[in-house]
Amino acid sequence: MASHYRILLPIVSLAVLLGATFYMQPRAMSYFGLNLLFNLAVPIALATIAQMMIIMVNDIDLSLGAFVSLVACITATYLNDAPLLGLLMLVALIVTYAVLGAVIHALALPAIVVTLGMSFVWGGLALFILPSPGGTSPNWLRSLMTIKPPIAPMAVVASIVIAAAAHILIIRSRVGTVLRGVGGNARSVERAGWSVIRLKALAYGLAGLFGVLAGMALVGLATSADANIALRYTLISIAGVILGGGEFVGGKISPVGAVIGALTLTLAASFLNFLRLSPDWQIGAQGTILILVLAARLIFRRKGLEV
Amino acid sequence: MNENEIVPIVALTKAKKHFGAVRALDGISISVGSGDCIGLVGHNGAGKSTLVNLINGGLSPTEGRIEFANGTDPHAAGVRSVFQELSLCPNLTAAENLLVSHKAAAPFGWRKRLGKEVLASLDSIFPGHGVRVDVEIDTLSIAERQMVEIAIGFAPRGSEARLVILDEPTSSLDAGIAQQLLAHIRQFCADGGAVIFISHMLAEVFSVANRIVVLKDGKVVAEKPTAAFSRQGLVDAMGHVTGETEGGADLERKFGPVVVQTNQGLSARQGEIVGLSGLAGHGQAAALARLYLSRSSAWRSGKNPEVVFVAGDRQRDGILPLWSILRNVSISILQQGARWGLVDAKRDASVAEDWKHRIGIRTDDVRNPVLSLSGGNQQKVLFSRALASPAPIVVMDDPMRGVDIGTKQDVYAMLRNEAQKGRTFLWYSTETEEVCQCDRVFVFRDGEISAELTGAEITEERILEASFQMQEAS
Repeated sequence: MASHYRILLPIVSLAVLLGATFYMQPRAMSYFGLNLLFNLAVPIALATIAQMMIIMVNDIDLSLGAFVSLVACITATYLNDAPLLGLLMLVALIVTYAVLGAVIHALALPAIVVTLGMSFVWGGLALFILPSPGGTSPNWLRSLMTIKPPIAPMAVVASIVIAAAAHILIIRSRVGTVLRGVGGNARSVERAGWSVIRLKALAYGLAGLFGVLAGMALVGLATSADANIALRYTLISIAGVILGGGEFVGGKISPVGAVIGALTLTLAASFLNFLRLSPDWQIGAQGTILILVLAARLIFRRKGLEV
Repeated sequence: MNENEIVPIVALTKAKKHFGAVRALDGISISVGSGDCIGLVGHNGAGKSTLVNLINGGLSPTEGRIEFANGTDPHAAGVRSVFQELSLCPNLTAAENLLVSHKAAAPFGWRKRLGKEVLASLDSIFPGHGVRVDVEIDTLSIAERQMVEIAIGFAPRGSEARLVILDEPTSSLDAGIAQQLLAHIRQFCADGGAVIFISHMLAEVFSVANRIVVLKDGKVVAEKPTAAFSRQGLVDAMGHVTGETEGGADLERKFGPVVVQTNQGLSARQGEIVGLSGLAGHGQAAALARLYLSRSSAWRSGKNPEVVFVAGDRQRDGILPLWSILRNVSISILQQGARWGLVDAKRDASVAEDWKHRIGIRTDDVRNPVLSLSGGNQQKVLFSRALASPAPIVVMDDPMRGVDIGTKQDVYAMLRNEAQKGRTFLWYSTETEEVCQCDRVFVFRDGEISAELTGAEITEERILEASFQMQEAS
């Protein structure tokens, strides 16, 4: 019951925002318009799923933005020039993430500190690889991200695919359920004979995987990279998870909601553009939307408790 | 089957477990075979939880041996445990919780099958339970959660439960449901299973166990068939002398003016101990919570609070798990000693030290983390926290779940003492024995007060009568 409510609010917020956008700019209600609105949502949705994997096990990742930037830099340089080496580097990054998860659990370190430290490592590496903006997207990636599927634009189809894949992985599958259990009560999972350190490594590894996908998708869209290209993803991804009905602790997350949350945040930026709001005010306005939605959720939950 | 009778499911030989200098278990030899139902009793900190953790593989012994029916793996031997502090994942459904401990679930289609499995188990143990298995655990009541946890313990889970360890399984269940559980345990043992039953409710131990093991300070001090124990003998073996409850206490006590009056009919006078009774989950906890919230403010926390609260679900709304014992006690009095918004650390330390002695918290140093204490001692910390505050009204939501008899006697005495000084207590309890300590008792049924009993009227029969009366008609 509670989990059904959890998904309702993100859907309603997206629908309201979408309705308002169409009202302001009816021409957006087309294949091309939708693609334009949601184009940048794909990497954000992937990054949000990555963040969700970490929040699922009661941690938080402050290095995600820098990590996605680093991946983007590698994709625009090594993956394009020497695909095998590039691929190897990306795999190494995912493994590093998994190891980080294991270390954080084994030494009982606060994830917030470790990931904050790692964000400088990722940022430094990105600058090292690409000191000034540049690089080129591999052709196959470019064509994948600009593909024009029938009926719905790429951004919408990709979001649905991402949401479905994450839902099956986290909500329906056996290992996903146990991973959520780690967030809910790690002791009980351990008592049942699971190795929590491996599960945490898995959660972090999955976050690394989705982070890598986010960076690649971003380069596919932007065609080049820059060491600071995705720094804002850290906070956007956290906001997306929470907006999508997730909670910071207790393993309560919703992959579908997280993707919807990412779409809502992307749309909020476009909506404010349509309002002709000066960019100076946009960040504040985005924050206001976020606070409104979260306040609505709190009210819903109070009501839900009393009923 | 034949083999089962020779090889015990689990056998410990001189098992010892030390935590630093603390000898939690000091050489235990015990063996459990099929058909056994062992009652394990002992006061708080006697080593019961450690013993359970050795048997279920959560800890390994410092010295000595532990052997299972087929090798060294407790899971393979069919050993299951149901813990005192509810240990399900609150964000998962009952079926998903079963999956966490299910070793042989197929990757697909498990949701429905496991839902059925846990439901079947619930149906067989608690007929007519009405628990939903498709909702997240944290939306269930504490009794329902306990029922789900027990059901998961007995569920097949791809193999077969051979030995189920139940640690205070009935402490949050009401009498009727507890009886269903006891009946199931008897049936389970008759069918060749084994149970280790840990409870502070001695009547239950006597009614279900065929052998009783008494632990004291990490050692087995007595192990005999149930029939060889008398209730008094058992209590003596545990090392606590329970003075017979002084009948009706002193009726001559004078109470002050009425200090609590709710529109539900609940009232209390100054210096009175008022009990809330009835079957578990009939609105007592909600009545107390309403009272507490109406008398306290979320905005101001003045220097002189009117009400303090002793939580029953100490994991959820009691202890601050990351803090020391000292800080857990002193949180209620930070305001009183604070000057210019700064905490008076010296005074807090002396208060905590004082309560450590007065209520007997078993620790060398109050600066130890609160989680280093056993469950009953954690509860004592919560009592200290409430009683250290100057609030004239103390609200207690079934605070003695899983607390041993000795501690209970200490706390009863302390409550009487504090009441004499003019404090008022509102006390919800699922145990009739505790309710009989009260000056006045309100019995709840279906969220309403169904009877008000005073003095000599407070008897188990009268309370049961008021709890059940119309139950059959509805």
